[in-house]
Amino acid sequence: MKRIALTAIAAAALLSGGMADAESPRGIMRGTGDLGIVIERAAGRVVVVETSTPSRLYTIDGLGDLSHASAVFSRDGRFAYVFGRDGGLSKLDLLRGEIAKRVVQAGNSIGGAISQDGRVVAVSNYEPGGVRLFDAADLEPLAEIAATAVDGKRSKVVGLVDAPDSKLAFALYDAGEIWTADITDPRAPRVSRHRDIGRLPYDGMITPDGRHYVAGLFGEDGAALLDLWRPEAGVRRILDGYGRGEEPLPVYKMPHLEGWASVGDLAFLPAVGRHEVLVVSMSDWREVARIPVHGQPVFVVARPDGRQVWVNFAHPRNDTVQVIDVPSRSIVATLKPGPAVLHLEFTPRGEQVWLSVRDADRIDVYDTRRLERSASIPADKPSGIFFTARAGRIGY
Amino acid sequence: MRRASWLPEAALALALIAAAAPGAAGELPAQRQAELRHLLDHDCGSCHGLTRRGGLGPALSATALGDRDDDFLIDTILLGRRGTPMAPWGSELSRDDARWLVDRMRGR
Ligand code: HEC
Repeated sequence: MKRIALTAIAAAALLSGGMADAESPRGIMRGTGDLGIVIERAAGRVVVVETSTPSRLYTIDGLGDLSHASAVFSRDGRFAYVFGRDGGLSKLDLLRGEIAKRVVQAGNSIGGAISQDGRVVAVSNYEPGGVRLFDAADLEPLAEIAATAVDGKRSKVVGLVDAPDSKLAFALYDAGEIWTADITDPRAPRVSRHRDIGRLPYDGMITPDGRHYVAGLFGEDGAALLDLWRPEAGVRRILDGYGRGEEPLPVYKMPHLEGWASVGDLAFLPAVGRHEVLVVSMSDWREVARIPVHGQPVFVVARPDGRQVWVNFAHPRNDTVQVIDVPSRSIVATLKPGPAVLHLEFTPRGEQVWLSVRDADRIDVYDTRRLERSASIPADKPSGIFFTARAGRIGY
Repeated sequence: MRRASWLPEAALALALIAAAAPGAAGELPAQRQAELRHLLDHDCGSCHGLTRRGGLGPALSATALGDRDDDFLIDTILLGRRGTPMAPWGSELSRDDARWLVDRMRGR
């Protein structure tokens, strides 16, 4: 046993191309609650990381074009499903450190979701636009939902999330619609569509209780809200005209709504084309404040306890991260981790936040109480960071 | 309402500048070329794909661009397309920079 482990380390060290000193042995018996993955987008590779130490464990290669890649987890936290730009859907075994199964399912995908019961993985596609459903166990195809607008054209699908009672929700970018799909029978999904929600929805999110689906609009100042408890009431426009008619700035990177921070009754979200974070009350969905920030926000994410909200920014201001103190709604720290901070992810209880600093080829780990860097981990052009705690959350 | 038609004056002014300073592209310093390559792969790539096979923005390959006019594409990069996520990059890219990018997309 010992000899096998040592051989594995030696082999891994040879293969790892110098990014890490040595890879950890694979396949050891352990839990996955402190594991996660980091996307090395240019290399088409994923690093399995562990947050307790914190450290890299090993890399998994051969995942294709991972620009904009995202991931969801099996409910036991052992497998990650990675959605690649080239339509690749890969199921990774975090314990064995290998690809359990990989299929290339469409020309151009963007994200995905896992169903409430963990049995179905859904992938949203740009080209041809729609959602495909796969069996989470073996990635066999189950059904396809073609996102066809009224005029018969296929639309890109954005903001795909799972919702309670075996549903999915997503938005049609070109057509300006929100759809929900009941996937109780995943071979025969039942779709409900909501039209005329506004121009160019660019992403969507669901509130942590799974009740409200919100699609951010790119083509207009505002967002579209669907109450999944009362779908018959239809889609409501919120934050209408938050730009107050001012010219928006050019948007060099699309904001993301994954992890729109919601804290108590408040939601914190990025203003498109503005150097502002909007604060909305989730009881009546009205704007209660706007916080001026360093640049155009991309990810606006709350620490799991809701005390802080961390924000990163679009090119060319993406070397900075700001921390908002929620009770006072003021900026308490402006950090400069390094060039191109692309993503951030909190550990399950929020004592650490991991930042991918792409152009420094590094992951920085910050202590969220001291607001200081506590560790750095080498990574090749890192982008998305995803921890297994997502396995237990709606909308992740 | 954000959508408005492009300011024709701006387009005209840029066209005149371009006509006055014919193609110095291809002679960009190596350092600038490296910066542009990086921008194209990563920043443009966040919407058009790292391999430029498309994403929220369309594919930017020789085939996908077809017989679209180079100057039209250069104008798109510098001026953006109003009402779409394609932003104007003119504040950080020169016309020669944009021409160099179009050449790369076309695989020249
Ligand atoms: C925020 C997303 C985004 C980013 C970043 C972005 N683009 Fe675009 N781009 C688009 C979209 C969307 C379109 C399609 C616009 C339309 O509907 O006409 C487009 C269109 C284009 C076109 C026209 C293609 C055609 O077939 O006519 C070119 C050329 C282009 N982009 C180049 C670039 C370059 C070069 C960069 C980086 C400097 C870049 N784009 C960055 C979203 C983006």
